[in-house]
Amino acid sequence: MDFSIIFSNLDIYFEGLKNTLLLVSTSLAIGLIFAIPLAVLRTSNNFFISGTIGVYVYCFRGTPLLIQMFIIYYGMGQFELIKNSFLWVFFKEAYFCALFAFSLNSCAYTIEIIRGAIKNTPHGEVEAAKAAGMSRLLRFRRIILPSAFRRALPSYSNEIIFMLQGSSLASVITIVDITGAARIVNSRFYSPYEAFLTAAIFYMAITFIILWLIKKLEFKWFAHLR
Amino acid sequence: MKKLLVSLVVLSIILSVGNIFAKNWKTIRVGVEGAYPPFSFVTPEGKLDGFDIDIAKAIVKAADAKIVLVTMDWDGLIPALLAKKYDCIIASMNITEERKKKVAFSNKYYQTPARFVVKKGTIKEFSPAVLKGKSIGVQRASTNDTYLTDNYGSDVIVKRYGSQDDLYLDMTSGRLDMFVTDSIAASEGFLKKPAGKNFEFIGPDLVDSKWFGIGSGIAVRKQDTELVNILNAAIDKIRADGTYKKVQDKYFDFNVYGE
Repeated sequence: MDFSIIFSNLDIYFEGLKNTLLLVSTSLAIGLIFAIPLAVLRTSNNFFISGTIGVYVYCFRGTPLLIQMFIIYYGMGQFELIKNSFLWVFFKEAYFCALFAFSLNSCAYTIEIIRGAIKNTPHGEVEAAKAAGMSRLLRFRRIILPSAFRRALPSYSNEIIFMLQGSSLASVITIVDITGAARIVNSRFYSPYEAFLTAAIFYMAITFIILWLIKKLEFKWFAHLR
Repeated sequence: MKKLLVSLVVLSIILSVGNIFAKNWKTIRVGVEGAYPPFSFVTPEGKLDGFDIDIAKAIVKAADAKIVLVTMDWDGLIPALLAKKYDCIIASMNITEERKKKVAFSNKYYQTPARFVVKKGTIKEFSPAVLKGKSIGVQRASTNDTYLTDNYGSDVIVKRYGSQDDLYLDMTSGRLDMFVTDSIAASEGFLKKPAGKNFEFIGPDLVDSKWFGIGSGIAVRKQDTELVNILNAAIDKIRADGTYKKVQDKYFDFNVYGE
């Protein structure tokens, strides 16, 4: 075993770290921003609205992230229509394709997480809000959503970690993330053990920080239960 | 005590039998890539075919052994060889100093230069200056990758692909400005196909042995020196008895063995 090759190539890993963090945080943020209103609409009694969102969620939860990325990356490059339009400026970039796929995927999972939490709102809370004369919108803003977010936090932390590990797939479409960096080092020195072990340590360190942040957030959000 | 003795004897017999099998080379497991036309590819029927595959079959046959083909992604070929998933690699692998640190090589079984490929008419005259800022595709862990990274790494955007096929897809879709690969792989596997009709070679033959080695050889684990000798003898044999030429003529109308 020879870890000197890792130390002399740490800059590749740090570039990978930057790309991984950027990719994961952006796609999670986009996913979450769209997921909150869509999750509320998903609970609507209008069959057309909730059904449409349901189909979207089913499609993205029903297929592997790798396949979604391949369809977007290699699939989009196949249509002259897209290649000749302004959209190609975006889809030409591997980074955008990965971001697009990850955001759609994360959004679908987050919708389900939040929807479940909304559905599990204790009936008494809603009734009390109604009795206090709150409008539907106010009820969602002040009562249902805050209480749903609290319940959703543990499963959403899973989604964050899942997204982090899933982001390693980006290395397949030429993006140099942490895994991509490991593959470069491995391919240069034929030392899979050192190269991928280093990547594993990077991922574990990020996961550790995520867990710590979630714990802090839980501490704050569940202050009233302590 | 008696039990221990018996089991020790049994164990030693098993081990020695294993050794005999390993040294006889009655069966040679060959690692191949299967995504590098025309040297190695999968036919629409799902069968492995190509120059490397036919040469592998001919060499193993000349060594009086049975062949088992194992496909593996390009950048996993050497690690899997070291992990004993197969006994040798016949996958257009150039013999380079870097790789010799990890594996032993047979003599070369063919040698062709590498070249740059661009979209027709986009670059008039080749010079290192025109490469600046271009997205250039290479197969990850290939000699082309090392060559491009070492010589132009800071001036160009190097895009690394797992297989040559993935690279061709991105070249046709316009994500790449150019790529660099073995000239035969590029002409037979891409330029002469419908997908590659808008593309052309540019620049000189790239042959510097510092990066491109001294031709493609068969990679073998370092401790299997006997296998290297067997394979070298087999290469000489198929070169001498015309089998090599027969395989070559099936794919190419020129001499791929080189000097």
